[in-house]
Amino acid sequence: MTGVIIAGAAETDQIGRLPDHSTLQLHVEGALNAVADAGLQLRDIDGIATVSAPGPVQVAHALGITPRWIDGTGVGGTSFLLHVRHAAAAIRAGYARTVLITHGESGRSRVGASRYRMEASSPVGQFEVPYGVFGPTTTFTIPALRYMKETGLTHEQLAYVAVAQRRWAAKNPRAAYRDPVTVEDVLASRMVAYPFHLLECCLVTDGGGALVVTSAERAGSFPKPAVYVLGTGESSETPMISQMEDFTESQAFRLAGRSAFDEARLGVADVDHLMIYDAFAHVPIYGLEALGFVGKGEAGAFIADGNTEPGGSLPLNTNGGGLSYTHTGMYGMFAIQEGVRQLRGEAAAQAGSPEISVILGNGGMFATAGVLVLGRHPR
Amino acid sequence: MTAKPVPVPTPETQPFWDGCSAGELRLQRCADCGRPYFYPRPVCPACGSRNVEWFTASGRATLYSYVINHRPAPGFEDKAPYAIAVVELEEGPRMMTNIVGLPATPEALELDMPLQVRFEPRGDVSLPVFGPLDPAKPAR
Repeated sequence: MTGVIIAGAAETDQIGRLPDHSTLQLHVEGALNAVADAGLQLRDIDGIATVSAPGPVQVAHALGITPRWIDGTGVGGTSFLLHVRHAAAAIRAGYARTVLITHGESGRSRVGASRYRMEASSPVGQFEVPYGVFGPTTTFTIPALRYMKETGLTHEQLAYVAVAQRRWAAKNPRAAYRDPVTVEDVLASRMVAYPFHLLECCLVTDGGGALVVTSAERAGSFPKPAVYVLGTGESSETPMISQMEDFTESQAFRLAGRSAFDEARLGVADVDHLMIYDAFAHVPIYGLEALGFVGKGEAGAFIADGNTEPGGSLPLNTNGGGLSYTHTGMYGMFAIQEGVRQLRGEAAAQAGSPEISVILGNGGMFATAGVLVLGRHPR
Repeated sequence: MTAKPVPVPTPETQPFWDGCSAGELRLQRCADCGRPYFYPRPVCPACGSRNVEWFTASGRATLYSYVINHRPAPGFEDKAPYAIAVVELEEGPRMMTNIVGLPATPEALELDMPLQVRFEPRGDVSLPVFGPLDPAKPAR
């Protein structure tokens, strides 16, 4: 089967608070940077993928691209991982040669951003919104107490997730928060939705990024080292957090992970670097267990024992993650970018010379998942 | 203050909301495989059968999980902090709800504690919420 590579990858010039950039402009800037990173011109792009609002038609038009392949999959923050998967299939099928995947979101400044609203007649509008839910802090977080009761995860272990990631962020000049924090600091931060304190919740920022995906036959003809897409997976579980089958594990994470590892013919022991979408501190815990890095109920202690922080055996969320680096709303693009940087050896907090990086993306509130197994070399 | 959000029934969910207005928690179950389920829809999520029926649930439940929300949604400013919970109904399905009649504190809200449905007027519908078992008013 034809191999597929990420030939270009870049974020917007700046991330954080960018009131002078619209959502569309963040897509455009990320796209231009990624195409330049691949040493290509916009006219070389023949496939486009991004989430709706602004959507692939708008992004392609703004860039003067006439695509012969379009993917508008919009299933939350993991969508960009699914775009990579779908682009790989399209490239193998000959539907596209060079695919541009873009993300841009004015999550903080809300410039040119679509309004988030739920129809009162939709299932979530009828059966969740009336109970005073107010965004992800009040929904994504609900399973955690059940997980804590079933597994014995402590408040201190949950807080430590933020501590460990801040240690990576401290090494990354682009990270929004870089000052070291302790478990006590996390537990003393403002309560947002018990058991979650402010420092256990992700940032809300502006930013964007993009990827250029193409056939591995062209590896070596780009300025940067190729990053090989070795395995991919996707799945969905529930549109409503209340209907998640088991509050102590994510079926979508597990299924997407299995597909990706099976395709790559690799196991967790082969993984040198890991990114797990961290909208909240419990998500990396669910992710480590769903992917099989640790057993059920073991992830909290695994992180608190230092295994995932600088110097640990499994570098996790090395950009600082959504908790400390950036989180525009659909963070998946940034997780992929850090995996690419680590494999290229150009990350701010470089974790050795990883051969294999795995990215787990979440969409919605445990609604969808995407997994990418990326490698420095073909297999 | 903004009004609290009012659910708008669809043809498929109307019997549920009619039940709430009548003081009954009505669920659906599959007439073929027997499995009860929530949210309302005219197909069994376990076996795909369209042969489904409505029944009145006991209204008894246990507390499955929750958060105590300190950043109120529009319309909930006077309630904060308030518990947004998921309860497991005696019949098996789970649903989101609010907890009433108990302080919104971790000490008062113990997972797996027994709860009983109540109905709270909201616009032109009644919303199922859950509170402690009332010994003076046994569940039906």
